[in-house]
Amino acid sequence: MSKCYINGLGSVTVQDPVFDVFEAQSQPLQSLNKAQQPSYKDLIAPAMSRRMGKGVKMGIYAADKALSEAQMHELQAVIVGTGLGCIEDSEKFLEAIIENDEQFLTPTAFIQSTHNTVAAQIALRLGCKAYNFTYVNGASSFESALFDGFMQLRHFGKQNVLIGGVDEIAPYTFSMFEMVGKVKQGGEEINFKQPATRGIPLGEGAHFFALSNEKKESSYAEVCDVLLFNAFKEDEETAVKNFLQRSGLDFDAIDVVVFGVNADVWQQPFYNKVSTFFPKTAQAYYQHVSAGYDTASAYGLRLAAEILYRGQYPETVQYNEVRPQKLQNILLINQGGGTDFSFVLVKSC
Amino acid sequence: MRSRVAITGMGIISAIGSTVEENFDALVSKRPGISFLENFSSRHASEIKVGEIKRTNEELQQLLGLPAENTFTRTSMLGAYAAAQAVKAAGIKDLNDVRAGLISSTSVGGMDFTEKHYRQYLNHPEFQKYIESHHAGDSSNKIAHYLGLKGFVSTISTACSSAANAIMLGAGMIEQGYLDRVVVGGTDALSKFTVNGFKTLMILSDADNMPFDQERKGLNLGEAAAYLVLESDEVVKRKKREVLAYVAGYGNANDAYHQTASSENGEGAYLAMKEAFEKAGIEPHEIGYVNAHGTATPNNDLSEGRALLRIFDKVPAFSSTKAFTGHTLAAAAAVEAVYSVLALQRGIVFPNLNFRRPMEEFNLIPQTEPVSKELKYVLSNSFGFGGNCSTLIFSKTGTHE
Repeated sequence: MSKCYINGLGSVTVQDPVFDVFEAQSQPLQSLNKAQQPSYKDLIAPAMSRRMGKGVKMGIYAADKALSEAQMHELQAVIVGTGLGCIEDSEKFLEAIIENDEQFLTPTAFIQSTHNTVAAQIALRLGCKAYNFTYVNGASSFESALFDGFMQLRHFGKQNVLIGGVDEIAPYTFSMFEMVGKVKQGGEEINFKQPATRGIPLGEGAHFFALSNEKKESSYAEVCDVLLFNAFKEDEETAVKNFLQRSGLDFDAIDVVVFGVNADVWQQPFYNKVSTFFPKTAQAYYQHVSAGYDTASAYGLRLAAEILYRGQYPETVQYNEVRPQKLQNILLINQGGGTDFSFVLVKSC
Repeated sequence: MRSRVAITGMGIISAIGSTVEENFDALVSKRPGISFLENFSSRHASEIKVGEIKRTNEELQQLLGLPAENTFTRTSMLGAYAAAQAVKAAGIKDLNDVRAGLISSTSVGGMDFTEKHYRQYLNHPEFQKYIESHHAGDSSNKIAHYLGLKGFVSTISTACSSAANAIMLGAGMIEQGYLDRVVVGGTDALSKFTVNGFKTLMILSDADNMPFDQERKGLNLGEAAAYLVLESDEVVKRKKREVLAYVAGYGNANDAYHQTASSENGEGAYLAMKEAFEKAGIEPHEIGYVNAHGTATPNNDLSEGRALLRIFDKVPAFSSTKAFTGHTLAAAAAVEAVYSVLALQRGIVFPNLNFRRPMEEFNLIPQTEPVSKELKYVLSNSFGFGGNCSTLIFSKTGTHE
């Protein structure tokens, strides 16, 4: 069975494009956090760039970075996860329908509103006729893409696979989220360790990974296992234990456990519970850097991969007081709104 | 050893029926479900024809026995209805007694409710409960919850090929031992969003759609949900299941040609079919029936026809069933998977309605009458925006390993 190595990374985040979590403190979050857009002009022709959705551009940029870092040319799969897809163009088209009473519409926004636009545009740019998938499953959209890529490398004879997660913010969607308390109200305290209020600090971004069955000097980490599910069949502790057991590990073998805590008091109890399984383990968090969105957990994987590659554990992501003794096995635990649970196990290589 | 992928249950709701049997009857009686739009108001209601399920949302809620405070959109309700049928048909008592999953697909998700309440949300808090029902994954979680499923749940959205990819992923997970049982398929409700979207692309027909006909004018949108239960050899044996058919092969490729149009020579379609043959370990001539994507747009049918001519020395009996159901987008491949399995089980090739004259580019003539025929393998194609091309091959027996 082939293995699955992370050989290249690329991101667009709400932080400065040159921000390095190992070097600096991240900018504090607001209730709404827009991605800091890099310059696209070397990558996308200006005329095209103007028409393209933000998520598509972020995806193309992050994919390009990941592929060039891995020096990956021949791809056998492009797999993208996105919670809300091209929501900006969806809003644009829907508002045009409503405002013009279904008249005088042009197709551009509709065409670009399709969930698979990012994966399609990447394939089109690369002339890549290979396997092409888009997952849209809320908070486990990215993990779905990761799982598929993992499975393609392990069982389906593929060597090089591009996977990624991308989500964009659109104005009306944000205001709808405000109405239902899904996002923090402006000015509200954003506390990731002891949240007291409902809602998340909303963000956006793209994170892509060049995965390969070939281990290189420059490989970041190995993805050992991925599991996603809608609800726990047994208690949470047994579920984590069983997952680790599949790789021959127990709780003590985990050097860092990374939580997708998102500053929402409603979503905190799950993480509080899970953290009790790891009292002596270093616990990390990352959404104070990435902000919260369906595919923010892709940044969590990026962070884990970088921690393993650099052999450093930045203080700014420490969730508890424990420092890891070694950096070999990292477990990521995530959920969204009490469902879309995922476990991802990565190890150093 | 890799497990075979047995199909042990099916469920469907489409414009031609709310059960597998009703769908079969309509297909063999040449009774299409294309009509004018009735369930919601649209400026275009009199100019287009659609494959609409003639049940209101209230009726669907009742049918499902949902409580009044539910937040199911039409997409979720259709999905839950068809998925529950499939689970029941498979004879499953406890869905979670093995490692079970749901892989669903949708293109509109909860858009049908979003577009209805979009401008009302601010002043009508009573509708705000639907805000969280908009995203595609919500429909799958609702269906999983309705089925009582606890396990792997994911959603695929690759436009009109979505459900084929859901079936493909599910088959791969069974083969490789990640799951023992998985409910796979897709659901999409008609919405103003898609009606207007396809309208701006000028590929909607104002009359009944005519797949593979020289005079074809475009597609009729439809709505449907369809699901299959896939189970491993081990489960089939242990539960003494009646196997309806097997997923024998699958292929996925990208046309990498244009965001919405298919290439001239049907490259993506050709590659998807080629891969599916390799996976199934069979030769093209072993296919007895092709259930074509056949949307009846000028572009699709030309591109698909060329791909068929490229891959087959002699194109086997083929038809598009979209003249019955309309194009049901993300659900289409699951609807057509159900039809492909029925074709295999009952030895029948379904008719392609409204065909009069072959396209001038080539001499491809679809089957226009229901015909009895012993079938071993049936191939089903699905293609979508974004160049997403998928092919599934179903077999009557599981001897392909």
